[in-house]
Amino acid sequence: MSIEKQTIENLATLARLAVDDQRVEEISQRLGSVLELVDQLQAADTSGLSGLDHPLNETQRLREDKVNKPNMREAFQAIAPDTEADLYLVPKVID
Amino acid sequence: MHNFTITELIDGLKKRVFSSEEITQHFLARIKNLDSEFNSVITLTEDQALESAKLADQLLADGSASELCGVPVLHKDIFCTQGVRTSCGSKMLDNFVPPYDATVIENFRNNGAVMLGKTNMDEFAMGSSNETSFYGPVKNPWSTDSVPGGSSGGSAAAIAARLAPGATATDTGGSIRQPAALCGITGLKPTYGRVSRWGMIAFASSLDQGGPMARTAEDCALLLNCMASYDDKDSTCIDRPVPNYSANLGDSLKGLRIGIPKEYFSEGLNSGTEQAVRDSLAEYEKLGAELVDISLPNTELSVPAYYVIAPAEASANLSRFDGVRYGHRCEDPKDLEDLYRRTRAEGFGDEVQRRILIGTYCLSAGYYDAYYGKAQQVRQLIRQDFTQAFEKVDLIMGPTCPSPAFKFGAKGNDPVAMYLEDIYTISTNLAGLPGMSLPCGMVDNKPVGLQIIGNYFDEARMLNAAHQFQQVTDWHQLAPAGIES
Repeated sequence: MSIEKQTIENLATLARLAVDDQRVEEISQRLGSVLELVDQLQAADTSGLSGLDHPLNETQRLREDKVNKPNMREAFQAIAPDTEADLYLVPKVID
Repeated sequence: MHNFTITELIDGLKKRVFSSEEITQHFLARIKNLDSEFNSVITLTEDQALESAKLADQLLADGSASELCGVPVLHKDIFCTQGVRTSCGSKMLDNFVPPYDATVIENFRNNGAVMLGKTNMDEFAMGSSNETSFYGPVKNPWSTDSVPGGSSGGSAAAIAARLAPGATATDTGGSIRQPAALCGITGLKPTYGRVSRWGMIAFASSLDQGGPMARTAEDCALLLNCMASYDDKDSTCIDRPVPNYSANLGDSLKGLRIGIPKEYFSEGLNSGTEQAVRDSLAEYEKLGAELVDISLPNTELSVPAYYVIAPAEASANLSRFDGVRYGHRCEDPKDLEDLYRRTRAEGFGDEVQRRILIGTYCLSAGYYDAYYGKAQQVRQLIRQDFTQAFEKVDLIMGPTCPSPAFKFGAKGNDPVAMYLEDIYTISTNLAGLPGMSLPCGMVDNKPVGLQIIGNYFDEARMLNAAHQFQQVTDWHQLAPAGIES
């Protein structure tokens, strides 16, 4: 099973992952063989079953909407590639 | 000294036969002298270790020491350690120094344990052979042309080579149990939610679980006592008291019902591995247990279900690595898209990129129901298999892996061949059940692991069963050639 080049490019865009042209063929083959593996799922009879989102069937625990942690901006930004005035810097987005 | 178990080290420390500083120096020296052969440690924390050891010696002297005080351990490089690089085996985090400790790390610190360093692992925990690490593969101390298993290959190899008496590890599809089996040590994956995932770099959030590795079940019980805790910073952590896992190790196994799933003994299982496992089951009968044939009919669906769910969740979890707030950033990005795309292409290895793409595919519009939705339904089927089995038996046992350690490159270009290595371990993660592996034999001078799967939160019973087996066998005491024992 081989995946179309266009599909790989779409996925690369969704995943924000640069995939250069030389690798598309190899990725297409490998993804294809994994998708063949997972296609086995289609044969399973799952009628009436809900998805098991949490392995122990627990629901999401909520807490009070109150600040309960100290502000650690300095510590977090100390390891950032580029910051200024307490903001994270990225290349210009809007012209 | 490196042949002492954690239990024996604790005894020696209490009786002042040796100090924590002495044993820490001993293990640090061993790592420095021997690890170039195995490549199991990424970051050695020598200064910090000696400082902790001195502090531990003071606490031991004035009688205020906790259970693991002064015991040196290694931590898988997936647990955030404040001020100490945490790479997750990836170029993406090669420069990442966390500003906080994972809860598991904090637990060890509060217990007075000594951190020797951070161990090598498959990149972002994705792998079953420790061949995908940015820092190079880890070699199996039993046979250095063979893999140690993965993703916790570094922790497993280090213990097998007696570079540390114990280590932390994580398991998403078998990453504690499989390397434990291939390296001839004992490792346990707790019930989902037993150990906090706060600060444990996420791979697949509904499957990941941290757990202990050591040479014996008795030692794993001590480590689990420390690792397990309720933590409100992890909303998937279950609020349930932590028993003393060491308390029932000595219980008799008389009347214990052990389920033997027929699907775990079918084609694809190495005949030497099968024999070693069956001989071990015979030992359990001698210990008073009753073997019961059971079936887990949806076992074969576990690999396809996992290879939808895990990559899907990974693609979401790894989207945080974008070169903006920490970690690798590409040079001279021309715009934001370029920053994201090139940072991620440069920072992630091939297997990680493949899994992100598969995961993205399975979650994308038009495919979500057919893949992710379907896989989650199949997950119900797998869970039901176990629920039904546990009505008839107390524990389930079988081989951990289909065969002993394979050679580097053996699963080469076919990712699916590698994925099938996990066939016996994956269902446990999908169902959220606890599982462990202990050494039970040798095939061609390579270790074989026996897997024990328990019901939810039944780790104490599993450890008891493993400990009793280790009282009447000595597989767990064997050491690789060249490693004195």
